[in-house]
Amino acid sequence: MNSNHVSLVTQNLTKHFDHFVAVDDVSFSVQRGEIYGLLGPNGAGKTTTIRMLLGLLTPTSGNAAVLGYDIVRQAEEIRQRVGYVSQKFSLYSDLTVAENFNFYGGVYGISQQTVAHRRNEILRMVGLNGQEDVRVSNLAGGSRQRLALACALSHQPEFLFLDEPTAGVDPLSRRVLWDLIYDLAENGTSILVTTHYMDEAENCHRLAFIYQGRVVAEGTPREMKEKQMQAQVVEIDCENTDAALPALREAKLFDEVALYGSLIHAIGENAAGNLARARDILAAKGVPVKSADVILPSLEDVFIARLRSVDTLANPGD
Amino acid sequence: MIFIQSLTKQFGQTVAVKALSLDVGQGEVFGLIGPDGAGKTTTLRVISTAMAPTAGRVTVGNVDVTREPEVVKTMIGYMPQRFALYPDLTVLENLNFFADVFGSPREQRAGLIERLLGFARLTEFQARQARNLSGGMQKKLALAATLMHRPRVLLLDEPTTGVDPVSRREFWDLLTEVHLEGVTIVITTPYLDEAERCTRVGLMYRGELIACDTPGRLREGIGAVVLEARSAQALQARRVIEAGDGVLAVSTHGDLLRLLVDRAERATTVQVAWQVHGIAVSDLRAVKPRLEDVFVLMLEQMSHPKGDLRDG
Repeated sequence: MNSNHVSLVTQNLTKHFDHFVAVDDVSFSVQRGEIYGLLGPNGAGKTTTIRMLLGLLTPTSGNAAVLGYDIVRQAEEIRQRVGYVSQKFSLYSDLTVAENFNFYGGVYGISQQTVAHRRNEILRMVGLNGQEDVRVSNLAGGSRQRLALACALSHQPEFLFLDEPTAGVDPLSRRVLWDLIYDLAENGTSILVTTHYMDEAENCHRLAFIYQGRVVAEGTPREMKEKQMQAQVVEIDCENTDAALPALREAKLFDEVALYGSLIHAIGENAAGNLARARDILAAKGVPVKSADVILPSLEDVFIARLRSVDTLANPGD
Repeated sequence: MIFIQSLTKQFGQTVAVKALSLDVGQGEVFGLIGPDGAGKTTTLRVISTAMAPTAGRVTVGNVDVTREPEVVKTMIGYMPQRFALYPDLTVLENLNFFADVFGSPREQRAGLIERLLGFARLTEFQARQARNLSGGMQKKLALAATLMHRPRVLLLDEPTTGVDPVSRREFWDLLTEVHLEGVTIVITTPYLDEAERCTRVGLMYRGELIACDTPGRLREGIGAVVLEARSAQALQARRVIEAGDGVLAVSTHGDLLRLLVDRAERATTVQVAWQVHGIAVSDLRAVKPRLEDVFVLMLEQMSHPKGDLRDG
């Protein structure tokens, strides 16, 4: 691996708050132009990790470098070269689009002239050109997030941290934002993104599942689906799912039986093998199965299965 | 159970909901989806009696929401986007408080609370103050509070926004229990994988209902073929075909390309285009459409009508 191509590397990064271990021995790296996703439930340590990488928190142990700069000793250098958009990115709602951009440009110490020039270019890129004089309070949620991204780009960062950038944004606006993220990555910007949306996790080049401060799985979205999941997912199409669902749960043939509209998803180690038995049970209840297929698990299925297996290892008696 | 006829709601010059007609049957899980500002929240507010319609008629269980809002209120549970729990009260105190507010019968209360806490997996947290619950737990508690008067209709406005995947799945497990008891549910969500879990889905756009059917029939009726392929140069691969004839939409997801095309033969033309440009693409294949594909396609057609759109 050519070290010139590594934008971020963490080695055994750990953060304790008193007795609470927020981040526990986390090691990963992000290549130049790569979109790397951090996924995990609330409290898993994602934001604490980002705050350490930005030099806002000092690690208890371990180390990390962003763009070749040490996060403890060279935090200033890092902050001048990275952009950060959080879910609660503060835009000034009584200022206009242009005024917000100018403000952030000023914070990064960029000259007025350069700011004006970049503003045109970056606002065009995020699709907010022509809306320079609109007050932020009158912007829709998707446009606000794009403005937040534009502000974080005012100093042309080489690395971008996006902490849940699309929470509460509708699906079409999320697509637009992701197209922007791809364009940035293609032009060499490296990106670390956290998200709750599993369909967005699929957009990352690589990702890590974080749980209780630890990386419990890492890989491309495809590797995660093909390698990280021991269980199978069977999609069952039958009449009267309301009778079928409790019957299947009671039979305890699967780890999880969930309703998907008019379909049932049954998940378990040997879900396909248990299907014949499930058919018999349903037939006895007067519910014939119309079709049943083994389907590729969603990333969310993989994620939840992985977290549950971590829990089971931690509490084997459960 | 819910009957909406030509519902219109205006705020000054803005028409938030335009001549919406919709029937939601007893026991359905009905999903309302659409971009921000499509009118989903306004529709829920009118059904909940929180807001009067400008025109049209809405009934819940044959009771008119405008003429007898007090009766309707006893039948519905409404969970707005920012449901206000009392942060300094415990889980149990919150539930008792909402039971009092909604006039839930005292003799059934203890049993109901026990059952709801069990469903919501909050039993062991019942003495914890609401402020010390995680976001996902707060949402489950809010749902439990909304259920304290045993409503027959549940109206949920983006109940899982900002909730992590594990809590989101637990929330849906709880909703499934409620559904199995015969409660009618109307839910808005920005997550299209959640829409897949509804018995029927309505897509709203600029105040109008532009599609409404089961997820299965919406997917079957997409009127397009979905192709997937893999490429290390996914972005370049996308650029050389996205303006091509019959290519309706292209998206990239890491090294995965997802194409919506008008017919299956386009697979050949896009492959030729990639070869001409020297872009290596593998594993091209047709895949099942998802609701997101339907959603993207319908909204593209609404915002850029290409003429001769046949009636469904």
